[in-house]
Amino acid sequence: MTRVPLRPLARILEARRKGENPDAIERENIRLRHEQMRDKARQRAEGRLLVLGLFFFCAFSVVGARMGLMAASVPEEPRASASTSEIVNQRADIVDRNGRILATNLQTHSLYAQPPMMVDKARAASELARIFPDLDAEELFKQFTGKRKFIWIKKVLSPEQQQQVHDIGEPGLLFGPREMRLYPNGSLAAHILGGYKFGVEGVYAAEVIGTAGVEKAFDEFLRDPANNGRPLELSLDLTIQSAIEDILYGGMKLLNAKGAAAVLMDAYTGEIISMASLPDFDPNNRPVPLLEGDPSDSPLFNRAVQGLYELGSTFKIFAAAQALEIGLANPSTLVDADAPMRWGKYTIKEFEGHNYGPLLSLTDVIVKSSNVGTAHVALQIGEKRQQEFLKALGFFEPTEVELFEAPYAKPLTPKNWSEINTITISYGHGLSASPLHLAAAYATITNGGTKVTPTLIKQAYRIPGKRVISEETSAASRAMLRAVVTRGTASFAEVPGYGVAGKTGTADKPKPKGGYYDDKVITTFASVFPADDPKYVLVVTLDEPVETSGSKPRRSAGWTAVPVATEVIRRVAPLLGLRPVIEPDSAIGVTKG
Amino acid sequence: MRSLAFVLSILAVMGLAFWAYGENYKTQRALSEVESLQAQIGHLRETRSVLRAEWAYLNRPDRLRDLVGMNFASLGLVPLAPAQFGRVEQISYPRPDPLPSELQLGPIVGAVTVSAPASAPVPAEDMLIP
Repeated sequence: MTRVPLRPLARILEARRKGENPDAIERENIRLRHEQMRDKARQRAEGRLLVLGLFFFCAFSVVGARMGLMAASVPEEPRASASTSEIVNQRADIVDRNGRILATNLQTHSLYAQPPMMVDKARAASELARIFPDLDAEELFKQFTGKRKFIWIKKVLSPEQQQQVHDIGEPGLLFGPREMRLYPNGSLAAHILGGYKFGVEGVYAAEVIGTAGVEKAFDEFLRDPANNGRPLELSLDLTIQSAIEDILYGGMKLLNAKGAAAVLMDAYTGEIISMASLPDFDPNNRPVPLLEGDPSDSPLFNRAVQGLYELGSTFKIFAAAQALEIGLANPSTLVDADAPMRWGKYTIKEFEGHNYGPLLSLTDVIVKSSNVGTAHVALQIGEKRQQEFLKALGFFEPTEVELFEAPYAKPLTPKNWSEINTITISYGHGLSASPLHLAAAYATITNGGTKVTPTLIKQAYRIPGKRVISEETSAASRAMLRAVVTRGTASFAEVPGYGVAGKTGTADKPKPKGGYYDDKVITTFASVFPADDPKYVLVVTLDEPVETSGSKPRRSAGWTAVPVATEVIRRVAPLLGLRPVIEPDSAIGVTKG
Repeated sequence: MRSLAFVLSILAVMGLAFWAYGENYKTQRALSEVESLQAQIGHLRETRSVLRAEWAYLNRPDRLRDLVGMNFASLGLVPLAPAQFGRVEQISYPRPDPLPSELQLGPIVGAVTVSAPASAPVPAEDMLIP
């Protein structure tokens, strides 16, 4: 680079000669030089900015293009890697405690029509009506010739039906793949499983949603892909459920009952091994709910969970257990049982007008099922303590069992709990609860006194609940219940080797407009076995049974619910793996002072 | 010297091109094989789920109960009853091991004297006597 001098000699000399200031020349030159330097710097900066701008432009266009590509591209399964997760079904299976399938999925097809593509609409309509008797040929033809370009015909087809539709050879009849829910055991455990329906439907897939029971209660779990197809393990046992439904159905028919329910529960964990309600239905083909009338007339009604009944004398053991617990009495304390008892304008009578009095031991009050004796005990306990105790047993809240219907079955309790309520509720009238409530309460009373929460999910281990009564009270209650079977109202319940303990309950059915029917009863037998080491609780309830083998019809629980429960225990106890044992000789734990 | 290096590098590039070409096709083949295998696995899984459903359907308790009823004459199956529980003492155990002197005749003796095969030792404390 050539450097221009700031004071070129020739110009300085000339300026001096002319008498001008030579410094001006220098200043002028410095100015020019600075201007040049500024230009250069600016150019360089501009160049850098341009490069930087280009760089940012490229970077952003790459990001943008990538985003666009990703948004526009079709999702693709990774081809190279081995599949880590199974191609899971849309909805997980439901299995019983031994892994046997209660609900699973099946790939089938749905049938739809695209009228613009159809060749012979009249023939297609008549052929479809021939294959599916529930379709009407004229109606179909009207739809095919109408304005619509897409018509659903059948949501689910069997392979045979699909072949028949194929054979019509109509190009406008098309199939879409469908995943449907299958309950392979038919009506078994129908009330627990519930049912399904299709949600949002597309041509290539449809949502499967649960409509009732565990299918609805666990809808999110069953549809969650994160579970990777892990089945929902229920606490039910398929074999036992089947045996119980079988016996219950036989008993219901034999005793001319309108309905029946049974709950078999693990006395410690609260796992429901079996829960049946009759009449039942086939969840593969779930009937339509009743829109009017009594919902309990529908086979959809789960008597064991939704049915709120006055459960009668089965409640007496609660009063007795509480009397033992708070030290009011011991099993041999004598109680006033002189019937009939007058309380204000009410008269408390015994079954069929008996009088077991004047005095009965607490055990005999339970054994003979004395209303008056229980009433006196309850009056001594007092309404406040009685309410607290029943609340602790769970009679004030819906059960927490994992069924969609359960939260709606809140026991019916009196609004104003007066002394007469205390009396009637002590022998099971005036408070309506479900058989499941009763089973949970019996489990709590007999298992050593810790609260049991019923559950339908298989439990890995036992979590002891809150203590409600002491071990001794529990043992004494079991001894009383055992005496009911050995020498009381439930004498038919003796199953040799299994030491059944239980309490019968016969309650008149309330009329819808108040008062009680004379000839309609709900009979219940709540039992626990084996009495010396309780493992299972069984509650059997029959709706309007009548036993007609005698000279006059018999409706008491001892003649109706008890024989059914006995047969259940005889059949089911071996299946549960219980060996028959000779009972220990002495009465168990009746020494509480 | 320089031209030799030039020729060699051209040859190397051509060789690598051939290799890459071959690898590319191998990869494609492997990918399509994986794809077909995965499709096959998917089909098998679907078949398995259908078979599981069918197994559950054929083993439904109602059907088994009917079958037991129909074949009662030949099988004589009845529901499990409390009386069917047995005790370990009720089971006949197999003969103790033969003495060493008998061992030479083992194969012959064993073939004749072994009693009912049902009397195998039972490890469990309880068992059902059918």
